[in-house]
Amino acid sequence: MAPVRGDGMRGLAVFISDIRNCKSKEAEIKRINKELANIRSKFKGDKTLDGYQKKKYVCKLLFIFLLGHDIDFGQMEAVNLLSSNKYSEKQIGYLFISVLVNTNSDLIKLIIQSIKNDLQSRNPIHVNLALQCIANIGSRDMAEAFSTEIPKLLVSGDTMDVVKQSAALCLLRLYRTCPDIIPGGEWTTRIIHLLNDQHMGVVTAATSLIDALVKKNPDEYKGCVSLAVSRLSRIVTASYTDLQDYTYYFVPAPWLSVKLLRLLQNYNPPTEDPGVRGRLNECLETILNKAQEPPKSKKVQHSNAKNAVLFEAINLIIHNDSEANLLVRACNQLGQFLSNRETNLRYLALESMCHLATSEFSHEAVKKHQEVVILSMKMEKDVSVRQQAVDLLYAMCDRTNAEEIVQEMLNYLETADYSIREEMVLKVAILAEKYATDFTWYVDVILNLIRIAGDYVSEEVWYRVIQIVINREEVQGYAAKTVFEALQAPACHENMVKVGGYILGEFGNLIAGDSRSAPMVQFKLLHSKYHLCSSMTRALLLSTYIKFINLFPEIRSTIQDVFRQHSNLRSADAELQQRASEYLQLSIVASTDVLATVLEEMPSFPERESSILAVLKKKKPGRVPENAEIRDNKSPVPNAHNNAHAAQTNHTVSLNSTASSDLLGLSTPPANQSQTGTLIDVLGDIYSATNGTGNVINNAKKFVFKNNGVLFENDLLQIGVKSEFRQNLGRLGLYYGNKTQTALQNFVPTLQWSAEDALKLNVQIKAVEPTLEAGAQIQQLLTAECIDNYSEAPSIVISFRVNGGAPQKITVLLPLTINKFFEPTEMNAESFFARWKNLGGEQQRAQRVFKAQQPLDLPGARNKLMGFGMQLLEGVDPNPDNMVCAGIIHTQAHKVGCLLRLEPNKQAQMFRLTIRSSLENVTQEMCNLLVDQF
Amino acid sequence: MMQFMLLFSRQGKLRLQKWYVAHPDKVKKKITRELITTILSRKPKMCSFLEWKDCKIVYKRYASLYFCCAIEQNDNELLTLEIIHRYVELLDKYFGSVCELDIIFNFEKAYFILDELLVGGEIQETSKKNVLKAIAAQDVLQERELDT
Repeated sequence: MAPVRGDGMRGLAVFISDIRNCKSKEAEIKRINKELANIRSKFKGDKTLDGYQKKKYVCKLLFIFLLGHDIDFGQMEAVNLLSSNKYSEKQIGYLFISVLVNTNSDLIKLIIQSIKNDLQSRNPIHVNLALQCIANIGSRDMAEAFSTEIPKLLVSGDTMDVVKQSAALCLLRLYRTCPDIIPGGEWTTRIIHLLNDQHMGVVTAATSLIDALVKKNPDEYKGCVSLAVSRLSRIVTASYTDLQDYTYYFVPAPWLSVKLLRLLQNYNPPTEDPGVRGRLNECLETILNKAQEPPKSKKVQHSNAKNAVLFEAINLIIHNDSEANLLVRACNQLGQFLSNRETNLRYLALESMCHLATSEFSHEAVKKHQEVVILSMKMEKDVSVRQQAVDLLYAMCDRTNAEEIVQEMLNYLETADYSIREEMVLKVAILAEKYATDFTWYVDVILNLIRIAGDYVSEEVWYRVIQIVINREEVQGYAAKTVFEALQAPACHENMVKVGGYILGEFGNLIAGDSRSAPMVQFKLLHSKYHLCSSMTRALLLSTYIKFINLFPEIRSTIQDVFRQHSNLRSADAELQQRASEYLQLSIVASTDVLATVLEEMPSFPERESSILAVLKKKKPGRVPENAEIRDNKSPVPNAHNNAHAAQTNHTVSLNSTASSDLLGLSTPPANQSQTGTLIDVLGDIYSATNGTGNVINNAKKFVFKNNGVLFENDLLQIGVKSEFRQNLGRLGLYYGNKTQTALQNFVPTLQWSAEDALKLNVQIKAVEPTLEAGAQIQQLLTAECIDNYSEAPSIVISFRVNGGAPQKITVLLPLTINKFFEPTEMNAESFFARWKNLGGEQQRAQRVFKAQQPLDLPGARNKLMGFGMQLLEGVDPNPDNMVCAGIIHTQAHKVGCLLRLEPNKQAQMFRLTIRSSLENVTQEMCNLLVDQF
Repeated sequence: MMQFMLLFSRQGKLRLQKWYVAHPDKVKKKITRELITTILSRKPKMCSFLEWKDCKIVYKRYASLYFCCAIEQNDNELLTLEIIHRYVELLDKYFGSVCELDIIFNFEKAYFILDELLVGGEIQETSKKNVLKAIAAQDVLQERELDT
């Protein structure tokens, strides 16, 4: 150990030696406590301590603090040291308060006073000491106290360079605490012009400050761009001898270069001026050229400094994203680094290439390195480098290489580090879905994921494969066959049982023709896993079994036996018991038709953005795991609340599962958790009606043909309807389900329709509670009485607030169209045509011709007409394709007879609709309701 | 901007800590413990950079001492390695072949040198000559005080 210049403190050295000689932690603590007691008594004692002693004790306290002990005294003595006229004492005082910052306001005032004095000093060493202290503490008090002095020091012609450097960074520190400290106006130009300063140290410090200021006020500081480019240009063209001590291992001013390159990344494009732009591109090219030159030194410092500048230049090239030539050159350069022997370079090159992969100019160039990147993923010794390789593969994946990349990632997953498996699984799942041209491939990939890394397959991933299989008819048989095979493995992951159970429950019939996967074989295979599974999976399997009863009536008694077994105490779980009992009853009580309706195949899921992508984004908020093509893409995602394997069976379940996007409805989505207990069976079979227009579903038009279902749905609210009509009276139940995690406040539904129609349709509505709790559902009853024929149905306007936010307003047309008051009338051909002729008057008939919805669907049209409320008359029209209907609308004032004829034209894909009725208004309204609906 | 710099020994003893962002003591201790464990468990040939929370860790070992810096996402990792190296060079020049003991016994000097190199988490002076000149000027002031 070399003797240190300045003054040593013997007492301190002795104390440090003592501590180091302590044999145990206890001995050390004992020695420290003894010292603390000693110092305390000295500070409290009558004898006044001289500066040296104070300094020594304060230093000892600092040392004790740095050992990890708490220090709660000595601040006052340290503050006293600040005003010492001995530099060494002052310096220790500053160090103490910098390390042990105390917000004690009395002391802060004293500290600020001392700093003020030192800032006035003619000795730059004192001034710098004060500036460093301000920067170290950086509090709001400091910002307020020195907001005028520091900017002055920074730009004044008298200030020495060393002080300017400190002042620039000190100001930056205070600006970060308190952004309004920076003066505007003429100061801006003066600060920008520091970039032209003679002294490289001043420029370096000032560039950091300007970079921060530009971020807040890019326009005001725009002038810095051309100055920065000039400065950069001078550095990159300088020989390493030009800049003397600012050359670092043969690299001219690497710190300043990097800072300037960063500064320029604040603008996009960096400049409109073609001259400046040209010079900047020259600089970037020079940096790329220099990277190709042989190294001037073998030292790692040389390579690090040179490559630091290169990487920053590449960042700027990527940021500008406009010069294809530079982007491709950058990519080639990074490609060389992929096989460099320095791990650090390989790591950074992989990271930087991730960004290049997302630029259209360089995406193809990145793909050339695919093989090396795959090797990196497999062979790198350091997991963080392997992780970067995975990120890059994800970013460079597109349609052309997806199969290969996904396969390589799957292969690697078998041996991948536990720390990166979950994320890899998400990435593979996203890529497989995104780039699947053949969905059997997708199904294979996901099942492989479950097989290889089942523990890391999150809910979102296996929910997703089920959604996709349900939405894609062409893959259902294949999926059933594949899961069936996968389940035959002796040890298969529980996630496989879940997916297998669900898919066989829906589509097991598609493979039941093969004796190897006959219904009983499927059932036994699934049930052999039952006892090894968690209760959530068991619950799912029970639902599969009840679905089997519908699909395969021949194994009904076997399944009923199983339900019987689990419907009593043998199922420790109350939920399973209840499920088994209810399913058992359902299978006994319900007729085949009812069973078929209740247990019918799941309807398609509305298409939305993949929830897996959201999970990945959440996992890595700061990073760039982006796939070029995925960036803004939407792909289908479940509507969490719509479907429930279980809910269909009139079940309220609450198993432990996360609330977000749970496909099985096993947790607590509002629509399933009815508090009125009447809605679920209503909603259960209607979801197919949802048409995914973004997140908002408004089904009002469809309700012309039906009375029950989901009327409206967005991210916040679901409105279900159940209604019945007799003669001129109607009763509606509206069910409002809160889909959010917070209560909806000021929840007020009000009716809205024209005053004229209000006289003709009398609607009474019951008020509801103004708060709709999170996840809850409330019912509102409406009664309607048709007085006279009317045209416009009323709307309901629902206003509410979420979380105290802005008021929301939703307007939905109510399913109270005039056809709801139809009474169907049966009649034969003779009487039909007799009436038809009678209603031949100009005002009694109306006709529309409209294009059919593709493709022309006659059975669908008949179904709709039956739902319309009139009687569909068979064997009346000589043309069997034509549809004729008859009905009577009941109003209090009249009974209005109506006849309808719908004639399809298959060749033209058109319909001709004719309505005849005794009242002109009714005739027109009928036409309006039906036109374009087929 | 650098968030903090830690110096610790192979045995996991903290030798110097410099924080450029304010944290409560408890948090500082927790961060320190976590990072020391993480870094000591890494093998020599591994990459010097780590993703850690929302920042990047850059570390390098010199003899028995580890130098570890936390920087922001936008900061340049390679150049941070060279900040560490410049600091080591300065310590080396000042103490003359610096060793861990120099830093233990003269921790205050280690702080003074660091304050000349970095202010508020940003590099203030990259020239070795200029930093040493500033430190020498401080020492001259002290020696003069001794003479009086």
